Amino acid sequence: MSFELILFYMFAAVLTVAALGVITVKNSVHAALLLVLSFFTASALWLLLQAEFLAVALVLVYVGAVMVLFLFVVMMLDIKAESVREGFVRYLPVGALVAAAMLVEMLALIGVKSLAAQALPVDPAAGENTAWLGKALFGRFLLPFEVAAVILTVALIAAVTLTLRHRVGVKSQNPSGQVAVKPSERIRIVKMESVNKGAPTA
Amino acid sequence: MITLSHYIVLGTILFCISVAGIFINRKNIIVLLMSIELMLLAVNTNFVAFSRFLGNVDGQVFVFFILTVAAAESAIGLAILVALFRNRATINVGEIDSMKG
Repeated sequence: MSFELILFYMFAAVLTVAALGVITVKNSVHAALLLVLSFFTASALWLLLQAEFLAVALVLVYVGAVMVLFLFVVMMLDIKAESVREGFVRYLPVGALVAAAMLVEMLALIGVKSLAAQALPVDPAAGENTAWLGKALFGRFLLPFEVAAVILTVALIAAVTLTLRHRVGVKSQNPSGQVAVKPSERIRIVKMESVNKGAPTA
Repeated sequence: MITLSHYIVLGTILFCISVAGIFINRKNIIVLLMSIELMLLAVNTNFVAFSRFLGNVDGQVFVFFILTVAAAESAIGLAILVALFRNRATINVGEIDSMKG
């Protein structure tokens, strides 16, 4: 058994246990932290496949952004664990049964033995995974890449708009109103005579 | 020697775990979102493994796009969740029935 295979089995075991923990632990914060562990382990597995760019991107995007967002939301909401846990025991056998049946069916479909002989081929990227990926991404896939950027912008605006709320009775400045103001709305110039004729003299 | 089937079997196990997670945590919308993330991770692992073993870059490009869309999806999902919790004070899927779907 080679060192790589030992590493693979170790990471695969950690990943499976962490994933099982995500779906079974009581506390949502623990579930989120276990999900962080599974993403880290998956990233290590991708490193074993010499997909360095995606492994780093997984840690940056998922652990750095998405899971922090998850943790933030979980901690911000006041969730009563009992109410969301109801039905857990009732659905456990059904869920386990469906998952086991799916696993058996998929493994049968894949045909584990037919693929078993295929060893890891020579790295097609020749050790430069990022350059390999970047050439494809900025070449053939340039339009989808730009569309992905637009999707991210739309998601950003949508997330802000969904959570923004206007509370009544709060004293705050209205910057757009401040910028849009005209001099004529602030100062009223009154035409007056410079000398007051006909005033009574003392 | 790591073979392609190692990675495929791992992806399958991960996918089935997340399917079970959707079944047994059907009241808790946060864990449902986490299960979806796990599913995407399983699929991504398969994509990376196939890309590497077939020597084709397209799989890894696809994983890149899946990461993008999944990040957008979870951001919007959590924003909807926050807005929902603000209005209904619950994240129980069973109680979210105002649209009578």
